Amino acid sequence: MEGGLMHLFLVVLGATLLRWCVSLNSYSGAQTPPVYGDYEAQRHWMEITYNLPITEWYVNTTNNDLLYWGLDYPPLTAYHSWLCGAVASVVNSTWVSLWDSRGTESYTHKLFMRSTVIVADLLVYIPAVIVYFTLTRKLTSTRDRLLTSLVVLLYPGIVLIDHGHFQYNCISLGFTLWAVIALEWGHDLLGSVAFCLALNYKQMELYHAMPFFCYLLGSSFRTKTENRFFKLAKIGLVVIMTFALCWLPFLYDKDLVLQLLQRLFPFARGIYEDKVANVWCSLAVVIKLKQLLSLDSVIRLCLCTTLAALLPSSLDLLLRPTVERLKLALVNSSLVFFLFSFQVHEKSILIATLPVCLLLHERPFECMWFLLVATLSMFPLLIKDGLVLPYIGTTLLFYTLMVSSLDMGPVAIYLPGSGTTESPSKQWTPSLKAVMFWSSMLGCVGLSVASLTIMPPTNLPDLFPVLISLYSCGHFLLFTIYFHWWQLSCDVEPSKSEVKSRTTQKSNTKKKRL
Amino acid sequence: MATSFWNVAATFTFVKLLLIPSYHSTDFEVHRNWLAVTHSLPMNKWYYEKTSEWTLDYPPFFALFEFVLSHFARAFDPNMLIVKNLNYASPATVVFQRLSVIVTDFVYIFAVKEFCFHCLKPARRGSGSDVFTHPSFILAVLLMGNFGLLIVDHIHFQYNGFLFGVMLLSIVRIYQGRNLEGALYFATLLNFKHIYVYIAPAYFMYLLRNYCFKSSKKDGSVIWTSFSFLHFARLGTIVVLIFGLSFGPYISMGQLPQVLSRLFPFKRGLCHAYWAPNFWALYNVADKAASIKGLHSGFLSQSNHTNQASMTGGLVQEFQHAVLPSIAPVVTLILTVLSIIPAVVHHWRYPNGPRGFLRCLILCAFASFVFGWHVHEKAILMIIIPLSLLALEKKRDAQVFLVLSTTGHLSLFPLLFTQAETPIKICLMLMYTIYAFITVSGLFRIPSGRLRLPLLTKLESLYVIGLLALEIYCSLLHSVLGLQQFYPFIPLLLTSVYCAVGVIYCWLMFYWLTLTEKYVESNVKLE
Repeated sequence: MEGGLMHLFLVVLGATLLRWCVSLNSYSGAQTPPVYGDYEAQRHWMEITYNLPITEWYVNTTNNDLLYWGLDYPPLTAYHSWLCGAVASVVNSTWVSLWDSRGTESYTHKLFMRSTVIVADLLVYIPAVIVYFTLTRKLTSTRDRLLTSLVVLLYPGIVLIDHGHFQYNCISLGFTLWAVIALEWGHDLLGSVAFCLALNYKQMELYHAMPFFCYLLGSSFRTKTENRFFKLAKIGLVVIMTFALCWLPFLYDKDLVLQLLQRLFPFARGIYEDKVANVWCSLAVVIKLKQLLSLDSVIRLCLCTTLAALLPSSLDLLLRPTVERLKLALVNSSLVFFLFSFQVHEKSILIATLPVCLLLHERPFECMWFLLVATLSMFPLLIKDGLVLPYIGTTLLFYTLMVSSLDMGPVAIYLPGSGTTESPSKQWTPSLKAVMFWSSMLGCVGLSVASLTIMPPTNLPDLFPVLISLYSCGHFLLFTIYFHWWQLSCDVEPSKSEVKSRTTQKSNTKKKRL
Repeated sequence: MATSFWNVAATFTFVKLLLIPSYHSTDFEVHRNWLAVTHSLPMNKWYYEKTSEWTLDYPPFFALFEFVLSHFARAFDPNMLIVKNLNYASPATVVFQRLSVIVTDFVYIFAVKEFCFHCLKPARRGSGSDVFTHPSFILAVLLMGNFGLLIVDHIHFQYNGFLFGVMLLSIVRIYQGRNLEGALYFATLLNFKHIYVYIAPAYFMYLLRNYCFKSSKKDGSVIWTSFSFLHFARLGTIVVLIFGLSFGPYISMGQLPQVLSRLFPFKRGLCHAYWAPNFWALYNVADKAASIKGLHSGFLSQSNHTNQASMTGGLVQEFQHAVLPSIAPVVTLILTVLSIIPAVVHHWRYPNGPRGFLRCLILCAFASFVFGWHVHEKAILMIIIPLSLLALEKKRDAQVFLVLSTTGHLSLFPLLFTQAETPIKICLMLMYTIYAFITVSGLFRIPSGRLRLPLLTKLESLYVIGLLALEIYCSLLHSVLGLQQFYPFIPLLLTSVYCAVGVIYCWLMFYWLTLTEKYVESNVKLE
């Protein structure tokens, strides 16, 4: 395609535009002293890392009050905060001055914070998505590849949390994506490094660790070109080296390492925070596990169920390690973690949405359905942050672009506006999938509208957040089963005829739409 | 194709939704005030009310439009309808006002659909199955995604989308040969916003030549005996009826002089706060250059010069030119009329159907922009939008369109000066321009050559790329070099002057293209 570079530029501009539009809105904890929210947390980390010696970053000292947004992410986050803090001190040193800068909020400071996220996104996540879809063999034309990248880049979930609520998920998710790309290229070592970086940016990436482990182990055992154990040792060494490099400033002191680990895994915080669409939170409507069992046994229960649920997809991947399966196993593993593990945030669903985005071109309809429900599950949080308007705008935009650029399969005729040229008999035979999808969407819209307009009864103040999390949890459970079925039933190598038939199907539907 | 069209429309509507929290100018307060005035006062006080400095200065239909809107506004936040609540902008008010722009934009979307589906005769059809290269699709994106409309309406805040929708609809009806409807829409448009009177000569000439005179000779000249009094009477009735509906109540109340004095405030200066990139920008600069030279050689006194400097500070005020003669409103009027005459006469002699009419309309808009009194930079949209309609039909028109849209859009940059909106305007502008260049040149199958942009000559390419350099200087280098303190007006001045050169070039080019077009009988046939 001529001018492919310019088209690529258009995609990047579109992604940037959407992100900046979202960033005009409010953020987590805006004007809510004394605690504020994630925005202040990130700013506070810049303040701490910029002003204090590295050994004090994770330790409670006279200058570092860990009870006020103490650093609880791995070292790469801390280094990144330090870098941003250094830049901030050049722009306006009051933004990061120790103690005095607490609760800093201003027009220019918001601009600065927002730009740090945009820059991170432009450097890590956006190029990763574009490279990933450019390499995808199943998409035949450059335009399809770019369009799919654009759709994925406009996925509201990640954009709303990073550029609205305020976090840097684009970095950890971006590194994970680079790891998948490297593995697809056959560079297992580079992939391991990239994933270690992701893990060292945000410990939540552990949700993805099992599939990577299984894939690397499985493929090392199957390698024919070199010694299996040598290959495994190489990967192990690279992983240890990467970790060691990231942790280098802390390694000389055992207590410091222990303190850091304690900060990263705060089991004392409880089984879940707020209303999360996972199994334990949903069960709590009926049984309050927290009151029945001790903390230790709750942790043990979570651990056991998570591991048990992880087994099928992990074993499958271990025995048949292909990148195709890796992506599915990433979905399954992160969903299982989200549903069953201990201490889950509603934002953690983003970890599952990333691999689903990678499968978007394969089964657009099912993936879109999941992605839409995943954004709904974060709706209570978005209401709290004052992000209702961008939620509506980005979701509708995402949906429209999905429907107009990807082949929605048999259900497409039921999506509004499409299939006007279809024969009427075909149009009015409701397929089961379509009925399910639309009733599910009706529920989503109903719940969203209700939580915005209806005042909950005084004795049930959390009625709608609970309803939304129950509703999404039900969906997630079903989707977990669906994605497991997909992983277990998919061919090792998709046959060429399948690829061919899909592309012809696609061009047919495009013709029809004209 | 219909599906794709509505997908495009939906996409842009949702983008507009995302722009709701962005910065809005004082025009937001202007329209809020009008809502309050029309809602809480009886009709006979609308044009007398002056609590706010932003008094009602649009024609009566627009006042009625605000009156209708105000009833919906009450459901959002009744406090915005209190006249004394100056600068009131609660979140509900912002959402309501923004939504009112987004919803009334559907008039524009409908008009775009009508044009794309019924009036467009592209140079080449797109490749069969591919929606994205389909000319109707491209034109729909170019019109609905027009950079200027998006930022002026959905960031700066105005109702141009709705108004251009009515204008486009009247053009569509004229393309379809439904002349009376076209006239009806245009008369209505004039009573919404009187700035469109600048393009009225084109309507007048077209309807006179093609509707009142019913036939032409083989070479295109008029057959005098074919004049139809019936057609003339019909037209006249429609126009009188619409104006009667609009101004009638005020005439009966004896308020017409007051209304007119609101509509035509000649107390404003030659140039708007930011100089629109027109002839007067060049004139002012020439004057400035001459005055500096005069100062150096001792012809002028210092006091003259300080007076001079203030005019570039960005205030709406009258000022005296230092060296060149000062311009009275009547001079601008004469120049505008003089520069419209060749276009209108050519249209009389060679009535090339609706397309000839559209060219005449664009030339009228050009003339008023280049020579008009107190021209806003936003008025460039009155040229760019109709010109888009021609861009996919002829190669030379496409060339003018690409240069003019890029230049004109860049000249709108000073309108959004807030830092938070800067990335938005840059992204949107680049997206629109790149999309326009890719798709329009793709349609004509013109590759970009070495050292030049597709469809453009080397000089034009250089000019367009110069715009990029200009913007980098104005928004970045100027303050980095530390010149902001001493010469704060330089970026605005450079932008106006540089863009003025481009606009005037496009005008002359388009004039030449139109005047060299001979009478083609097939053009007159209607769709």
